[in-house]
Amino acid sequence: MEPVITAGTQTGHHPRPEKNYLNETTTVWSWMTTVDHKRIGIMYLVGTLGAFMLGGIFALLVRLVLLTPDHKLFGLQVTAEGYNRLFTLHGAIMVFLFIIPSIPGSLTNFVLPLMLGAKDVAFPRLNLASFYLWVTGALLAVGSMVFGAIDTGWTFYTPYSTTTQGGVVMMTMAVFVLGFSSIFTGLNFIATVHKLRAPGMGWFDMPLFVWGMYSTAVIQVLATPVLGITVVLLAMERVLKIGIFDPKLGGDPVLFQHFFWFYSHPAVYIMILPGMAIISELIPTFSKKTIFGYRAIAYSSVSLALVSFIVWGHHMFISGQSQLATVVFSALTFLVAIPSGIKVFNWLTTMYQGNIVLATPMLYAISFLILFAIGGLTGIFLGTLSTDVHLTDTYFVVAHFHYVMMGSTVTAFVGGLYYWWPKMTGRMYSEKLGRISCILWFIGFNATFLPQFIMGSQGMPRRYFNYLDQFQPYHAFSTVGSWIIGLSLFMTLGVLLSSLRKPMDAPDNPWGGTTLEWATSSPPITHNFHDQPVLEREPYDYRPAGVSGGH
Amino acid sequence: MLPPRGTQLAEQIDITFLGIYWLSVVLFLMITIPAIYFAWRYRYKPGRVTPHQTHNTTLEVLWSVGPLLLCVGLFFWGLNGYMKLVVAPGEAMEIQVTAKQWLWTFEYPDGSRTVNDLHVPVNKPVKMVMTSEDVLHSFFVPNMRVKQDVVPGRYTQVWFTPITLGETYFTCAEYCGKDHSNMKGKLTVDTDADFAKFVLTGGTEFESYFDASDPAKTPAAWGKIQYERKGCNSCHTVDGSTSKGPTWKGIWGSMVTLNDGKSVLVDEDYVKESMMQPTAKVVKGFDPVMPTFQGLLRPHEVRGLVAYIESLK
Repeated sequence: MEPVITAGTQTGHHPRPEKNYLNETTTVWSWMTTVDHKRIGIMYLVGTLGAFMLGGIFALLVRLVLLTPDHKLFGLQVTAEGYNRLFTLHGAIMVFLFIIPSIPGSLTNFVLPLMLGAKDVAFPRLNLASFYLWVTGALLAVGSMVFGAIDTGWTFYTPYSTTTQGGVVMMTMAVFVLGFSSIFTGLNFIATVHKLRAPGMGWFDMPLFVWGMYSTAVIQVLATPVLGITVVLLAMERVLKIGIFDPKLGGDPVLFQHFFWFYSHPAVYIMILPGMAIISELIPTFSKKTIFGYRAIAYSSVSLALVSFIVWGHHMFISGQSQLATVVFSALTFLVAIPSGIKVFNWLTTMYQGNIVLATPMLYAISFLILFAIGGLTGIFLGTLSTDVHLTDTYFVVAHFHYVMMGSTVTAFVGGLYYWWPKMTGRMYSEKLGRISCILWFIGFNATFLPQFIMGSQGMPRRYFNYLDQFQPYHAFSTVGSWIIGLSLFMTLGVLLSSLRKPMDAPDNPWGGTTLEWATSSPPITHNFHDQPVLEREPYDYRPAGVSGGH
Repeated sequence: MLPPRGTQLAEQIDITFLGIYWLSVVLFLMITIPAIYFAWRYRYKPGRVTPHQTHNTTLEVLWSVGPLLLCVGLFFWGLNGYMKLVVAPGEAMEIQVTAKQWLWTFEYPDGSRTVNDLHVPVNKPVKMVMTSEDVLHSFFVPNMRVKQDVVPGRYTQVWFTPITLGETYFTCAEYCGKDHSNMKGKLTVDTDADFAKFVLTGGTEFESYFDASDPAKTPAAWGKIQYERKGCNSCHTVDGSTSKGPTWKGIWGSMVTLNDGKSVLVDEDYVKESMMQPTAKVVKGFDPVMPTFQGLLRPHEVRGLVAYIESLK
């Protein structure tokens, strides 16, 4: 029998399968050597959430140090060097160990093959290798903290990074290894999307999540090698004094910035596209309405991926690059606004005349829309040349990218985690507490970062240990906000983990989703589906059964 | 939201800022009002069937082209201000800026130098020509709305015309290590008369060498700096070897024989006289080739040089 997706109904509620991917085998060894994308996804989830917690602790410490001008941390005096290490580790861990690998490694690994009706990713062993590279990179990164934490900032700008003390080489090697982890994941998803779609599933029958992750994967494969080369050159500069970045050796420090942002700007889209991909699932599912502008959203993901490669210079308007380049990069940067806008307007129109269930994931999706709006719109101030000169390198930029990276991507990640949790574990969580966690998140996030826009506009530079007295109230407000964020995230952790302790079994399709991952049991069996699923309706078709035609 | 405006251009940039701000407010409401309204208006009702709206080409074109046109406009608005920010008027006074961890040195056209203390005349354009001795820095004056990275191995520049008298501050905006957040200084916008007076004293760098605040900064150390800056070192050595002029090592307090056979004691009077009227009493064996430093050395520089020569005895 071939399971067929029917619209908006809770299809075929099988009881929780006796044997599923979680308990098919139970030894630790069987997990460590697994090639099952679902288990690798769970391991990635545990790993990246651990990194998130570590980076989050550093974030809370940074905020705590800035609470008052006397820089006391639990009664201890913090030095400027200590502070510089704190914000460097916060940034490096969050970027390289959490945001970049989290959604691709964990949620996508788990649901992408399911959504395509596949048994696994195209290269299961490469998938496991990617995970172990992540572990290696994480160990190197944590190791570099033990052997003298670095104080370069996560951007490793030369010549400071080639001359300062600390484990810079070890951290750059961590980044190098993590880069390959990312490339392996991207390669795997590209091959999987091309080759393993279910019978009947054309490119435009794929869920939009898959389009978003496919675009992400393209960036991962094309941009990450540049980062690898850059950090190797940086390490060689430090160790062998080859003289490519340091002017004392005949190098050019601005060249480093070009290399670095040639990866790290596309990397911004490695971070945000997965968030957008999740939102494209949450909104139709909880609006019980077909997605509006399917192709426009799909194409906008791809075009964001492409445009992301030609705007890196907007990080460098005042770096000393040629003024002509600055002008051209500003013009190109405005292009980013258009596909982002297309997505937002299509999501809103999807909600129009929907039947909207304000479940926890949907609350996170609506939070995303608001926070992403702020993150995106404040980008206009920075893309516009004359205003950027004043605002760049200030807290305005800090607030802007936290709204995009954290307010958008992490909001979508947490929303997606709540959304797929029943599928991953077969358990339902407390809906009420989940919603409270979202409200706390929204309040805490804005309390933390809105004041930073004001500080930045008034000229408070970023990465500052000492600040002018006039900024103290804003810093205090921001620090209190960070505690609310922490509370919300611990609440989410508690809500999800307690669902395992006091089990409430999840149906196959608790949200009435239309994509293929809901067609199998919760949790799925090891081979995902009992029979090869065949797609018979276009995605997000919420018309009553029998009304719709084929696709 | 923005700090006080110290230049005409700052006013123009702030108008752009406020324009984008209000545009953003409108766009923000265009996104959040529907999001919240739809979530409430179309909240879940059992049995409600949702319409099957798949796409609408007119709408897609509308919300692609509309933002595109806005973006083109914003780009040119920003470009207009940017061109004014980066193209300095030809008559701008040049100030050489050297950044290093973690201080700023300013050198004025007449050679006066200050550290972390920038004076500029009001209503006259000034151009900073900047370089760094070590890592990246960034020269940021919030009130002037200017910021420019300072890069080792190359020169970058920034200019502004201050219109408001009084004090403000400049600060480093590119992370440069331990004291990054302390790498700031005072910017004073002077009247023409005050600025002329400031230049006359050669800046304020010397003060710390005479107020005994730092044991390493003695008048003699200040004199050693002048020895190099003013070019004394091209003819006078301090290690006893002979050059075009007598070495300064051990000369203080000794009796030297002059060209005309007379002898003179090397003391403060003689040293000062040799700077201002070098050919009056030339030491035997040397040609009368030294130029006068009358008008080129300020009193504190002379005091420093005297103390330096004395320290070499």
